[in-house]
Amino acid sequence: MNFLQRYETLVGSLAGDSALRAAAADAFRSAGLPGATQGRRSEAWKYTSLRPLAEANFQRGTALADAAAILARLPLLSAPRAVCVNGIATELPEAARPVTVARFADAPDFGTLTWPDREPMVALNTMLTEDGVSIDVPAGVDGATVQLVNIATTSGDFHPRHTIRLGEGARLTVLEYAAGAGTYLQNTVVEIHVADGAHLTHVRVQDEATTAFHISTTYAEVATNATYDSFTLNLGARLSRTEIHANLVGTGAIAHLNAAQLLSGTQHADFTSVVGHLVPNGTSCQTVKNVLAGRSRGVFQGRIEVARAAQKTDGYQMNQALLLSPDAEIDSKPELEIFADDVKCSHGATIGELDAEQIFYLRSRGVPEFEARSLLVRAFLAEALDAVTDETIRERLNTVIEAWWQRQPL
Amino acid sequence: MLEINGLAASIGDKQILKGIDLAVPPGEVHAIMGPNGSGKSTLGYVLSGRDDFAVTGGSVTFNGADLLSMAPEERAAKGVFLAFQAPIELPGVNNANFLRTALNAIRRANGEDELDAVQFLKRARAEAKRLHMPDDMLKRNVNVGFSGGEKKRNEVLQMALLRPKLAIMDETDSGLDIDALKIVADGVNALRSPEFSALVITHHQRLLDHLVPNRVHVLLHGRIVRSGGPELARELEKRGYAELIAEAA
Repeated sequence: MNFLQRYETLVGSLAGDSALRAAAADAFRSAGLPGATQGRRSEAWKYTSLRPLAEANFQRGTALADAAAILARLPLLSAPRAVCVNGIATELPEAARPVTVARFADAPDFGTLTWPDREPMVALNTMLTEDGVSIDVPAGVDGATVQLVNIATTSGDFHPRHTIRLGEGARLTVLEYAAGAGTYLQNTVVEIHVADGAHLTHVRVQDEATTAFHISTTYAEVATNATYDSFTLNLGARLSRTEIHANLVGTGAIAHLNAAQLLSGTQHADFTSVVGHLVPNGTSCQTVKNVLAGRSRGVFQGRIEVARAAQKTDGYQMNQALLLSPDAEIDSKPELEIFADDVKCSHGATIGELDAEQIFYLRSRGVPEFEARSLLVRAFLAEALDAVTDETIRERLNTVIEAWWQRQPL
Repeated sequence: MLEINGLAASIGDKQILKGIDLAVPPGEVHAIMGPNGSGKSTLGYVLSGRDDFAVTGGSVTFNGADLLSMAPEERAAKGVFLAFQAPIELPGVNNANFLRTALNAIRRANGEDELDAVQFLKRARAEAKRLHMPDDMLKRNVNVGFSGGEKKRNEVLQMALLRPKLAIMDETDSGLDIDALKIVADGVNALRSPEFSALVITHHQRLLDHLVPNRVHVLLHGRIVRSGGPELARELEKRGYAELIAEAA
């Protein structure tokens, strides 16, 4: 896929800071797609190669599906929603006030947190993005829930650019979906600012077509006594990478980066996080659970960086994998980089299969084997889902998981 | 009801059951006694279909059907229930959900309507109350954090809800105080009917005071070496297995 050629064609029509786009194009030109260039290795992309993406050729053409049909099969809430179809914001909520929901294209703002020079996929998004959604919650306002839906209805590469800003003491829940039909790339960048005392709950469901590529890079800055509480459910796409950079920049800041990945066939999903503890009394915790069937491969890379000043940091990281087949694989790379001397940081990883005794116990009570296995997998996931405190949203996640489970030839 | 003929079973290359003949007529409770390692628990597992034991000979018919050819869940649907000696913990599985899943799976297999959550909870709460179990045991994860006695009572609760035709109680009495013991015995006694049989595996006479068996069988080295009436259990309690072991040697 020649992204640079697309950039050359589009450059005159792309809105916003053209110098920034040009710099991003330079960065992307020199870095290339991670893993796609022979002889060039990247530690940050140690277990995930985008060679299949380099080899893919997306022909933008006729719609393969109706956006409305895709929307209809997502278990959406009745809350306000913004919808991006093929990278363009086509629907914004009318009644979200005092929360402002605007389109990127109307006032392009590339934010301050992203690093196109270090992240090739962020560079790619920066050079090619056409649109996205900005959500702003004024100080002191409880913005309730806003849904952010990214849909692909045709072959192509799409680069939505989103921003979420919470003012001091504000609250918001963002429920984000990614879905589509066909062979395509959704390469999303989200920039998040959570001001002092604010609380953002960010729940994501990645249920892309199993022929699709999904890359999502999030940068979050969490201020004093603020909370960024995120949960990602990955079960779609042939290849996905969820990368989150969370910086705790105010004392008492909290970041939860939880996730569950359910994979089968030859799916590959990479969950990569970097948590920066820059000031004292920050808390970060991550529980990432993988259920891997068929020949699928799960990746967890978690890095906790504790600066010298960040005393009394509490960092926790747990990666667990349930392998449902002997051909499934999990790669787990936890990293702790600690410069402060009074911190509590721990990490752990477990890998296992379903327990034969538990299966027999259920079967001896009349539960058929398939149902017994499914019950035990859901039990394994329950701990991860428990991190989602909103019951209605947790129910939606269970609906998505249930549908995934029904599709499996196990 | 249950007819076992020449049943032999092994695990790995170790032969554990070496030809068991046993018939439990409908409506009867039979006790299986014997020292550790004689094959009592293996018999329970083989009857309920655990696949790490290989059946190397013999046959088992249950109400006329070939039990050994059925999957564990089919046996359960036909009415076989094994109360585990060491009930398994299921972290993340809610006890009420577990019980309802099991009950509905069995109802479905028998062509009956499934119970909805409300109907089920009403029934489960009534049974729990009858067994003197606190309501919160239904809300907790299956056997997780349960005391030994609570786990055994949970087995009895499952039995009460699933209403089996053949209950195999694998040392359900071990480690229980007298009150809990009575609950287990009452649980079985409550099901007693001309269509219900039980195989009670135990070390002790104690349980059999409350749950009087029609027959007592002594299992030794994978074979039934003696059978008799309830008085056999009392005799064993007094004299131990030593004589029988000497006789068998």
